[in-house]
Amino acid sequence: MLLSPAPLHIPDGFLTPFISLVFWGATMIMVGLAISKTNKTLGERQIPLMGLMAAFIFAAQMLNFPVAGGTSGHFLGGALAAIVLGPWAGILVMTAVIAVQALLFQDGGLLVMGANIFNMGILTVVIGFGLYRMVIHRKIGARLVAAGLASWLATMAAALLTSLQLWLSGASRLEIVLPAMLGVHTPIGLGEALITVAALAFIERTRPDLLTSEKAASGGGRGWIIAGIIVSLLAVLLSPLASGSPDGLERVAENLGFLEIGQSAPCEILPDYTIPFLGETHLSTIIAGMVGALVLLGLLILLGRSLRKSPPHT
Amino acid sequence: MHINVFDHYHFQDSLIHRLDARVKAAVTVAFILSNAILPDGNWLAFAVAWLVLLLGNDLSRLGLGYTFKRSYIVLPFVLVAISVIFSPLGKPLAQWHLGFITLIPTNFGVARFFSILVRSWLSVQMAILLVATTQFPDLIHAFEHLRLPRILTTIIAFLYRYLFVLTDEALRLLRAREARSASLQGRKRGGRLTWRAKVTGSMVGQLFLRSYERSDRIYYAMLGRGYTGHLRTLNPHAMTRLDWLALILSLAVLSFIQLLGWVR
Repeated sequence: MLLSPAPLHIPDGFLTPFISLVFWGATMIMVGLAISKTNKTLGERQIPLMGLMAAFIFAAQMLNFPVAGGTSGHFLGGALAAIVLGPWAGILVMTAVIAVQALLFQDGGLLVMGANIFNMGILTVVIGFGLYRMVIHRKIGARLVAAGLASWLATMAAALLTSLQLWLSGASRLEIVLPAMLGVHTPIGLGEALITVAALAFIERTRPDLLTSEKAASGGGRGWIIAGIIVSLLAVLLSPLASGSPDGLERVAENLGFLEIGQSAPCEILPDYTIPFLGETHLSTIIAGMVGALVLLGLLILLGRSLRKSPPHT
Repeated sequence: MHINVFDHYHFQDSLIHRLDARVKAAVTVAFILSNAILPDGNWLAFAVAWLVLLLGNDLSRLGLGYTFKRSYIVLPFVLVAISVIFSPLGKPLAQWHLGFITLIPTNFGVARFFSILVRSWLSVQMAILLVATTQFPDLIHAFEHLRLPRILTTIIAFLYRYLFVLTDEALRLLRAREARSASLQGRKRGGRLTWRAKVTGSMVGQLFLRSYERSDRIYYAMLGRGYTGHLRTLNPHAMTRLDWLALILSLAVLSFIQLLGWVR
């Protein structure tokens, strides 16, 4: 009744074993790092906190608001978790959330859980925290803008990576899945951004001590800025490229006999796989994507201002 | 809110219910993996896998259709895979003209699509069977025995325990918003989109603060009762001879399915 299956939770059967295992490996490395880091920096006191935060992300996904045409803004929470808890704890919290969604509700599969955790729990944290970390010492207005942009981008990047995984597994055709996923997630990401910004503004008004820079930066050094920027740039550059020229990517895949091998041993494809079209026509789509991001940035600045102007009393 | 709203555990006394959670978790994962590596279009192997699933349903005394009735959750995702039907590989089967577009389903594409469909449909049913026959705390404990890091299992245990409490809290917030939102007939409800988002965001922030403060209280309470960093249980979680037998038998059946799928 409460959880509509979000299009980011891939069920079992859609990804090939190879892709599933690759992302399980990447996820296990990141979660292992997160465990050793949190074991070092956090005490046993943080364990109930992280458990409750995971339950909070779960429960917060129920709080939706009507957007247009019957859809509703819906909360994923990766960026917010990373901002309020720090990146490593954020990864653990999101891992627990996605694991329980898969185990208890079959929202997302078990064999593909590694990919799901990577898309929704690690990618969103890296982008969310990385971009926020850049402005962590700035005023609240700048931080809200960064948080909004980061959570929108994190949602889009998760949708992009999900589409790519489905395509690499031969479970969907890129020219269809990519525009569909990105299209569906543009408003979802916008809802995510609005909710994250408003929630942070509320926390800042009521308990600013929870968002102080030392605390949020626990375990999150400057390396996160670089990681966040690189991953964000990858997402920003890749999505217009891929959606501007899905035929190109598809043709490359076909020429390499990709869809066929895709089910048995796709290992041979990845090294050969290059993006052969950095021509001028695609520059325009990249620019279009960037203009879109700038417009969003402007909107978020306006929103941040309006939220900053109206604190009750501080 | 009662715990049963979320938990799909089905109280029953059966062979499958009594099996060790580790065995059930391992067999479920093995079953899903087995489906994933079966080649496309091996309908005989898929059919045997389905029989195994039906047997599981029957042995757990849930009724043959129990998992089937709950398996529709994968349906929205099937939309994503429909495009595969028109894969450029393989022999064309037909030609459909839809306005400007010509769709050509191929034999390769159709086999691939239905294989994906069957794989995910079988896999999700096995996962449903797992949670319907295993108490979630037992499952968490099983993962602990299977060497999942303790910090993760503890977080998951807390998540499970407080999911219901915080969902209640969220429902209370929603009810409060509802109670304060009057609407007139014939007039649009609510303010601008950003305003509505702001209200929802504040609710999320509020829920965050309540969870945060609750975690402090929980920590003090647990400390007061001698918490040392991990959760305890009375269930001994010992593997019996029956558990081993069930594990070996299931793995043998899965190997047989693989044999059926690959040897022609």
